[in-house]
Amino acid sequence: MRAVSRPIGLACLLLASNPSFADYQLNLEPGVTSFSQGAYNIHTIVMWICVIIGIVVYGAMTYSILKHRKTNHPNPAKFDDNTTIEILWTVIPVLILIAIAVPATKVLLAMEDTSNSDMSIKVTGYQWKWHYDYIGEDVNFFSNMSTPMDQIKNKEAKGENYLLEVDNHVVIPTNKKVRFLFTANDVIHAWWVPAFGVKKDAIPGFINEGWAEVAEPGIYRGQCAELCGANHGYMPIVVEAKSEQDYLAWLDEKKAAKAAADASADKTWSMDELMAQGEAAYNTNCSACHMPTGEGLPGAFPGLINSPVVMGDVAKHIEVVLDGVPGTGMQAFGPQLNDADLAAIITYERNAWGNNTGDMVQPSDIKAARK
Amino acid sequence: MNAVIEEHHDHDHKPTGIGRWLFSTNHKDIGTMYLWFAFIMFFVGGSLALLIRAELFLPGLQIAEPDFFNQLTTLHGLIMVFGVIMPAFVGLANWQLPLMIGAPDMALPRMNNWSFWLLPAAFGLLLASLVMSLMGMGSAPNFGWTFYAPLSTTYGPSSTDFFIFSVHLMGISSVMGAINVIATIMNMRAPGMNYMKMPIFVWTWFITAYLLIAVMPVLAGAVTMMLTDRHFGTSFFDAAGGGDPVMFQHIFWFFGHPEVYIMILPAFGIISQIVPTFSRKPLFGYSSMVYATASIAFLSFIVWAHHMFTTGMPVAGELFFMYSTMLIAVPTGVKVFNWVSTMWKGSLTFETPMLFAIAFIFLFTMGGFTGLMLCIVPADFQYHDTYFVVAHFHYVLVTGAAFSIMAAVYYWIPKWTGNMYDEKLGKLHFWLTVISSNVLFFPMHFLGLAGMPRRIPDYALQFTEFNQIATVGAFVFGFSQLIFLYVVIKCVRGGKKASSEVWEGAKGLEFDLPSPAPFHSHTTPPQVK
Repeated sequence: MRAVSRPIGLACLLLASNPSFADYQLNLEPGVTSFSQGAYNIHTIVMWICVIIGIVVYGAMTYSILKHRKTNHPNPAKFDDNTTIEILWTVIPVLILIAIAVPATKVLLAMEDTSNSDMSIKVTGYQWKWHYDYIGEDVNFFSNMSTPMDQIKNKEAKGENYLLEVDNHVVIPTNKKVRFLFTANDVIHAWWVPAFGVKKDAIPGFINEGWAEVAEPGIYRGQCAELCGANHGYMPIVVEAKSEQDYLAWLDEKKAAKAAADASADKTWSMDELMAQGEAAYNTNCSACHMPTGEGLPGAFPGLINSPVVMGDVAKHIEVVLDGVPGTGMQAFGPQLNDADLAAIITYERNAWGNNTGDMVQPSDIKAARK
Repeated sequence: MNAVIEEHHDHDHKPTGIGRWLFSTNHKDIGTMYLWFAFIMFFVGGSLALLIRAELFLPGLQIAEPDFFNQLTTLHGLIMVFGVIMPAFVGLANWQLPLMIGAPDMALPRMNNWSFWLLPAAFGLLLASLVMSLMGMGSAPNFGWTFYAPLSTTYGPSSTDFFIFSVHLMGISSVMGAINVIATIMNMRAPGMNYMKMPIFVWTWFITAYLLIAVMPVLAGAVTMMLTDRHFGTSFFDAAGGGDPVMFQHIFWFFGHPEVYIMILPAFGIISQIVPTFSRKPLFGYSSMVYATASIAFLSFIVWAHHMFTTGMPVAGELFFMYSTMLIAVPTGVKVFNWVSTMWKGSLTFETPMLFAIAFIFLFTMGGFTGLMLCIVPADFQYHDTYFVVAHFHYVLVTGAAFSIMAAVYYWIPKWTGNMYDEKLGKLHFWLTVISSNVLFFPMHFLGLAGMPRRIPDYALQFTEFNQIATVGAFVFGFSQLIFLYVVIKCVRGGKKASSEVWEGAKGLEFDLPSPAPFHSHTTPPQVK
């Protein structure tokens, strides 16, 4: 199939007269898990069965179109019935379907068996980012798309992994059965990594399961596959498979980073530190809706420049960010971010884009407000 | 009183001016309005599709912000399903059912008027939300035509209420149209036309009408629950209040899957009328066609959750819905084999209706193949919500349903207007349409298999080439339809006079009538032997 369709694809490409020549793909990828191999195999079987049936049906039609046209065949036959052939073309398809159903069932049963897993990661979909919680390890983090807005807005050249890159990779060990538990915080999302063959909906109020066991270390990319609002196209998934040793080292690193962040929450930050940290955290967590320029999206998301919340009472501003605004897209960020990031974001909002209030919010203020 | 009765005997009497259309109870005039309505909506929905394709020509955001892009896909889907395919089929039913069963009109003419005139109201509401969005007054519906909760409930824009009311009106319109079809077919067949002598187009619409009555109320129920979730404090679909977002999908697809067949069964009927005419040979396997249609209709009620394999159903559920869906291939296959056998050893000519019918058989079958692939659960995990699905349903709905409607218009328009259409332009329209639709939709298979999710305004770089090809196809396809518009207008205004038989091999009561069919036809019931 690949050998045949490649030249056709190339011919089409010439028609489209496209100067760049990125690596395009025609068929499903076999992937790196037994899950994805199973899907690929059954896909290949069914596709070839369809091709063969297609050759028979289209062949008969084409023959008829060529040989039974009025100029060649002026006197039409009269038949309109043939019980034998009608029984045959009912029974044969049934047999073909059974032949497909047997392997499909086998693959499916193997896929849905999540028992005897070595570890579990809870995956929670948010508008529009993923949260990963390593169960029993006290390691959890958000994973946000890291493609800069300027690339999306065509103001700078697009990188190699445009839209498929994130700030925090989900790291899994190789040769371990990793179980994923999927849920969502707001609307329905779907976690999909094509190389794993895993696509499961993350649904608020439900917990779904999936699993992967990867042999080769590597980086595997995917995307949200269920329409989840404006930035549905901007919540990629990047899984990094590492050897067990590297994986454990990474876990320790994450734990150490968390301890450092906790410690820094108790100190008093300078304005410059808050603004620097705030700009980074704002661009990761807030700019999808309120825009990097603070202008928001008129009609959908409010701007922050001179906004009453940002320019008004600090306590009210903290409350909005911590608890969200029910019934709108404004999420409660209290459970999502640590005190230092929240303090930095609020300070940044109150002093960026000409909002020069001069107000500083310290992590300790957030800690106090959390009660 | 006497005078009124006298007037009714005057067959050419009709009100004039705008009143002829506003107060019409005539099946032909109402059919014409349905068809023009669908035609106009085809261009509206098509323009939205071209905006979508233009945005997708290059990676990055060019013309549509993500939220507006979602509004485009949502309205494109809703308009094409409820504003084009369904009204066009109802228009064809209105025109053709009375002619084909030997009846003077539809059984319930006043309801017929009402069911049409609800549609402009429904779409006025829906399109108003788009106009408001363009004027910067909040977002139009932006949750996809499948409007999954809670994206459409807790997180829906204010215009969702316009959408809900609009869907209610469309539903009432469809149910009334369906009641009319059933009443007409049951009561007004010509003497001697028993059920197994009805033309297949009549049969397929008869079954479609039952599907409509069964599932449109389910859709109405779904949107009503949305309404109460949004405004009256219920939590049908809100997990935080003890509700169930997955239940929404079950209810939606219990409507949605029969809806798919509502949009394809009449197409099967049309193809079964056209292929025998231009093969000059009777339809092969009439009774198996009828039984196959009925089986498909029955199966359509027990396959809905194949749209939901990734929601985390129990394995037993996944297996049940996979097996039941596979079964649909059997009656559908029977239909395709019957059409091929009808052509076999016929005496074929290739006027425009036949060209569209043949393209339908080829390309609908393509959609059938990908349908079979999609029902295989392990593979569906990879295909689900990708462009592979987009390719699949555009093959069955555009090169399937829409092609059948075009075929039907070319086939019957000489009967409607009394004039032959311009065959040269018809063929030009056909070839441009069939080639461009494949340039448009075929690369979507590759995009889906390579991993491009549907409903995204922007994509990773490896998807660029095929998106560009699809966009080129889309623009050629879209502008080719202007030729269709021109051919129809030209035919309405004049042209070579059509005979009563119109086509050399045409059979059926509608071809016993003069062309154009008189305003009141079959006033004396014909006798069917």
